[in-house]
Amino acid sequence: MNKTVSILAWVVVGLLGSVAVGVVAVHRGEPINALWLVVAATCCYALGYRFYSKFIAAKILALDSRRATPAERLENGRDFLVTNKWVVFGHHFAAIAGPGPLVGPVLAAQFGYLPGTLWVLAGAVFAGCVQDFVILLFSVRRDGKSLTEMAKEEIGRVGGFVAYTAVIAILVILLGVAALIVVNALKDSPWGTFTIAMTIPIALLMGLYLRRIRPGKVLEVSVLGFFLVLLAIWGGQWASLNPKMAQVFTLRAPTLAILIIVYGFAASALPVWLLLAPRDYLSTFVKLGTIALLGIGIVALHPTLHMPALTRFVDGSGPVFAGKIFPFAFITIACGAISGFHSLISSGTTPKLIARETETRMVGYGAMMAESAVAVMAIIAACVLQPGVYFAINSPAGVVGQTAAAATATISSWGFPVTAADMQALAHAVGEQTLFNRTGGAPAFAVGMAHIFSQSLGGATVMALWYHFAVMFEALFILTILDAGTRVARFMIQDALGHIYKPLGRTSWYPSILATSALVVGAWGFFLWQGVKDPLGGINSLWPLFGIANQLLATVALCVATTIIVKMHRTRYAAVTLVPLAWLVAVTFTASWHKIFDPNPRVGFLAQAQALAAGPATSATARLIFNNRLDAAVTAVLVVMVALVLIESVRQWIGVLRGREEVRVKEAPFVMTRLAEERG
Amino acid sequence: MSLILKAAKIAMALLREIFDEAAYERFLLRTHRASSPKAYAAFRQEFEEAKTRRPKCC
Repeated sequence: MNKTVSILAWVVVGLLGSVAVGVVAVHRGEPINALWLVVAATCCYALGYRFYSKFIAAKILALDSRRATPAERLENGRDFLVTNKWVVFGHHFAAIAGPGPLVGPVLAAQFGYLPGTLWVLAGAVFAGCVQDFVILLFSVRRDGKSLTEMAKEEIGRVGGFVAYTAVIAILVILLGVAALIVVNALKDSPWGTFTIAMTIPIALLMGLYLRRIRPGKVLEVSVLGFFLVLLAIWGGQWASLNPKMAQVFTLRAPTLAILIIVYGFAASALPVWLLLAPRDYLSTFVKLGTIALLGIGIVALHPTLHMPALTRFVDGSGPVFAGKIFPFAFITIACGAISGFHSLISSGTTPKLIARETETRMVGYGAMMAESAVAVMAIIAACVLQPGVYFAINSPAGVVGQTAAAATATISSWGFPVTAADMQALAHAVGEQTLFNRTGGAPAFAVGMAHIFSQSLGGATVMALWYHFAVMFEALFILTILDAGTRVARFMIQDALGHIYKPLGRTSWYPSILATSALVVGAWGFFLWQGVKDPLGGINSLWPLFGIANQLLATVALCVATTIIVKMHRTRYAAVTLVPLAWLVAVTFTASWHKIFDPNPRVGFLAQAQALAAGPATSATARLIFNNRLDAAVTAVLVVMVALVLIESVRQWIGVLRGREEVRVKEAPFVMTRLAEERG
Repeated sequence: MSLILKAAKIAMALLREIFDEAAYERFLLRTHRASSPKAYAAFRQEFEEAKTRRPKCC
């Protein structure tokens, strides 16, 4: 009876999912309700988790609950620790959910809501969740080894070197583009700038409170910090209305960029407890709360999507970023579908906390599904806006025109009517001077989120507060990544330099700290500056570069996973990682080709350099030409390195299948778990 | 009711783990110390290098 009910229930889920995906995919003309996306996503995730992840767990990975995990065998009360599976799930989700699943889908909404939604659902179920799950399990079976170490052991030294270099490259590009998003959200916005500036003394205060007044009471101080941040948002309104304060906090993009670069350097060199740790706690607190609130808001208010399913920009002429739907939609949305960066988390802290192998399914596959759901929310937040408003916010002045009249005329001529008066009224409603030319995705997401929340919680009168809450949430989030990412990159470089000259590897030696911090901040600061000065808004060239780097890391992770599966003699099921790998190779290599060689100057770096060289020379021309050539070179180097890993992996697979290679899977030996014995 | 209590307990444990309160408690147990500014400073010193090496995703 139970089995019959279960089968019937899954048949209903399948039918409901099919209808919802069908409506989302084929509906044209009238706007659709966001609830269709929510139902489609819920059913796809439920089916994917119940059937596909179970198949992978049983047939390929053969999860064994009797096998002791490193958390049990190597338990030390610090890194290795047997932890409740829900706690690990939350911990893992908090680490993988950054601004990526919010920003990427907002940018990709220029193609319409359909491409992003389909890629987020299919990409997560068949690629992203699979990658996170298998890498987590393989790391658990190797004493919690990192992706770099596994790549070195299973594929060879080339694999390890490429994974290491790709991580550094991704970090640098990510930090540059993340800082650019903050700059674009805060430029000429005294309210936003004041609020974010106030988070620095709030974080310092929290650090001192934790250190001196109530040691270790992090939750308590995070709640206190959260209320202070709300106060800062409210205070921002006052600052924006006070002429003197407004003058102080109205900053141009280059000034903000310099301030962020200085801040990044200081945060990297200051003691962690003073600024970085409290800001991290505050950001996590706000992040988890806001994501939950947004989820509830979307389900409860189920807004209408005004963006069409597909826009004319699938042909590659989009104003937000140039390039056709294939491959650019698939590198623009990384974190919500598949993100190579996740493989670092799956082979970092998480494998050292897992109590039983069987829990890797829920943590690895399940947490990525939750991240994908965040991306669906971002698509909804962007698509509830009128398309004309969406394009007015996200289009750079270099594409739509410098004045409000020119921008609205251009956007309206595309078939997305918008007027300067509409935009002025919206800017006024959210407490900004203007919303034109706010590229980067964050402001559009903030307007969408404010639009959703203001429908019920406080109405239009508090729309400005919601908008600035959303901007604060994203900026706080991104600045935390800037702090932490700069440190992670610094440590990685110090580790490497330590092989050349020992003192450089010492993380407490100040000359080394200052030199490596300057190196890392200088590198991402270069990309930030490049973005700020780019006449096309920066996002057009930097976000695809970041997407390519991130997806190339996913290619490396899937190469590692496939190699291990082949070595485990599960070749008949290797398609589970091989198909996403083939897809990513097609996507990233095609995207890289376009970014380097496409003759359209808005797409190809070299074509843009050529167009600049042929045009009128200004003081910035030489630098812009150099930047484009450098971006082309970075892309080419990354692709060549990943191609080497791919060739090396294929060589291994052929060797194993032909019996030439000795099959050595470098797993830790089987040890019977005591936890299983205790359970009886 | 017990299910709600269990869920609340897990949620609290999760928050304590994410916000490093549980790690601090384990540190105090392991080093046989009482909570104090000095003990917290020692905890942060031991904990920070490992924590700040962990990447956070984009």
